[in-house]
Amino acid sequence: MQKQAIFQSRLLPYALVAPQLAIVLIFFYWPALQAVVQSFLLQDAFGLSTTFVWFDNYIELFRDRAYFEAIVRTFLFSFAIALSSLSFALLLAVMADKPLRGSMLYRTLLIWPYAVAPPVVGVLWIFMLHPSLGVLARYLRAMGIDWNPLLDGDQAAALIILAAAWKQISYNFLFFLAGLQAIPRSVFEAAAIDGARPMRRFWTVTFPLLSPTIFFLLVVNIVYAFFDTFGIIDTMTRGGPGTSTVTLVYKVYSDGLLGGNLGSSAAQSVILMVMVIVLTGIQFRFVERKVTY
Amino acid sequence: MANVTLRNVRKTYPGGFEAIKGVNVDVADGQFCVLVGPSGCGKSTLLRMVAGLETVTGGEIDIGGRVVNQVEPADRDIAMVFQNYALYPHMSVFNNMAYGLRNRGMKEAEVKTRVDEAARVLELTPMLERKPRQLSGGQRQRVAMGRAIVRQPKVFLFDEPLSNLDAKLRIAMRVEIRKLQRRLNTTSIYVTHDQLEAMTLADVLVVMNGGEVEQIGNPLAIYEKPATTFVASFIGAPPMNLMPTRADEIKSQLGSTEAGILGIRPEDFVITDQTPAGGIALPLTVEAIERVGAETFVYGARDQDEQRVAATPGELPPGEVIVRIPGSEAPPIGARIRVAALRQKLHLFSGDGRTRLEA
Repeated sequence: MQKQAIFQSRLLPYALVAPQLAIVLIFFYWPALQAVVQSFLLQDAFGLSTTFVWFDNYIELFRDRAYFEAIVRTFLFSFAIALSSLSFALLLAVMADKPLRGSMLYRTLLIWPYAVAPPVVGVLWIFMLHPSLGVLARYLRAMGIDWNPLLDGDQAAALIILAAAWKQISYNFLFFLAGLQAIPRSVFEAAAIDGARPMRRFWTVTFPLLSPTIFFLLVVNIVYAFFDTFGIIDTMTRGGPGTSTVTLVYKVYSDGLLGGNLGSSAAQSVILMVMVIVLTGIQFRFVERKVTY
Repeated sequence: MANVTLRNVRKTYPGGFEAIKGVNVDVADGQFCVLVGPSGCGKSTLLRMVAGLETVTGGEIDIGGRVVNQVEPADRDIAMVFQNYALYPHMSVFNNMAYGLRNRGMKEAEVKTRVDEAARVLELTPMLERKPRQLSGGQRQRVAMGRAIVRQPKVFLFDEPLSNLDAKLRIAMRVEIRKLQRRLNTTSIYVTHDQLEAMTLADVLVVMNGGEVEQIGNPLAIYEKPATTFVASFIGAPPMNLMPTRADEIKSQLGSTEAGILGIRPEDFVITDQTPAGGIALPLTVEAIERVGAETFVYGARDQDEQRVAATPGELPPGEVIVRIPGSEAPPIGARIRVAALRQKLHLFSGDGRTRLEA
């Protein structure tokens, strides 16, 4: 079999891939390279002089307590978001998997939130939970909870986690439902005849059989929580109160764009880049290897 | 040890579709009952109702003297072998078999004894640590059987357990299942669409059609005296020849009769020039020959049947007659032959095929 396409001109194939290459180079590699270069430079406050400082930006970063806190916070957020959205999505998927009337309708409805853009999600939850405007905030206070995420850092963090997890539920739900439907019904029936009550059936049959899906989603959710929560944080808390909701990605933005410390910001984004590469690597290896139960 | 009794069992789906239209079956303790019928006849639904996987919308299902309509599958003391085996893919063979025992809180030592014993019987001992995906179809089938027998249930339920196996393995497993059931002497209900499987396995054969029981009885008795034309053409391969008694050459030989349909099994025909007293002789034109070695099937067209009237229901295509002859000697295609059947080999049915008439 002839697999190679034959071109008359040797230039034509390059010309054909050129637009795509140009996009990748200009919009991905160039900024990435810029970030790497920038991370070795130190600029004065007015951008008048630039000095090459080797790894000073990185060293300073790792000595900075705030950066260390941001790392811990980002991991905490990620696990909290992944755990809550995965478990809630799994619960919904298990319930939606039952052959009930109107299942198509509520399955479709459950998928909708995924189409909502992160900043809109932020605004949505702010309207519900803003201490003075929020609809739900009133009930919380009526229940005696001193609800004020604008002042209380932990509450602000909870709010971010809630909104970010909510948005991701749809995506997880979709995968869980597909995963559940890939399991033959007769396996559950066999388990029922084998005397496993619903809870036991879930933990000994459903859960292990979904474990490949769960692992895949765990990686996807952590990546999401790491990088895609920027819009939510920016609309809801802008990293505040104080720095209690500043994640790594938000810190890149606030240090660089708001704080004007381009060198440090660039160094942070290089570190993030490395993290993305590692996470994507894990995901790819996993997706390729498929089922592992 | 238990008998299974179905009393006027019905299943109506919410849409109004009646899958089971009042079935009465009595399976005595230790008997092997086979439900057979074409796809969509409700046999699997009926079995799943006995298992408790489908709700019963009418009548009673009685296992060992206890009405189990409202009892959970787990508490019916039954074990089921599924068509796709339904093994737990993430568990080893040992754990697959042990699962049902552990769920019931059995001591681990006892679990091991029972699973080891079942594995020995089913020759699965070397594979106990393997996962189902590392097994062949026949081995998976045996694991599914093992999972059923370790529980020592009152009743075994089989839902077309052999239909995913190749032809040779199917025959081997068929014999195995029968031997195993004889030895354990456990009441069994077995669903199949394969009439040969049904004939060879059953103590009691239940022929189903359209959600109703057509005939219940000993398989040979059913073969010899099918109660309806449906049973006549479903049990036996190739099927019984069904001919309308109003066709000229048949009417002239049978004389006046209230029967509307005449049935003759392919093996009851003999190629001969004589006409046995009271019997039937038919001139045929040979249209096709099938040689299978020990026997040969001759497909012939009835001559004088100009109008080609079909016996409804059953005869397809109209006017065609299948004759089974021993050996591989057969008349050439296009030859005109004469076949005859003895009086006692004739089956007579009412015109609608629903009633057998004794001649």
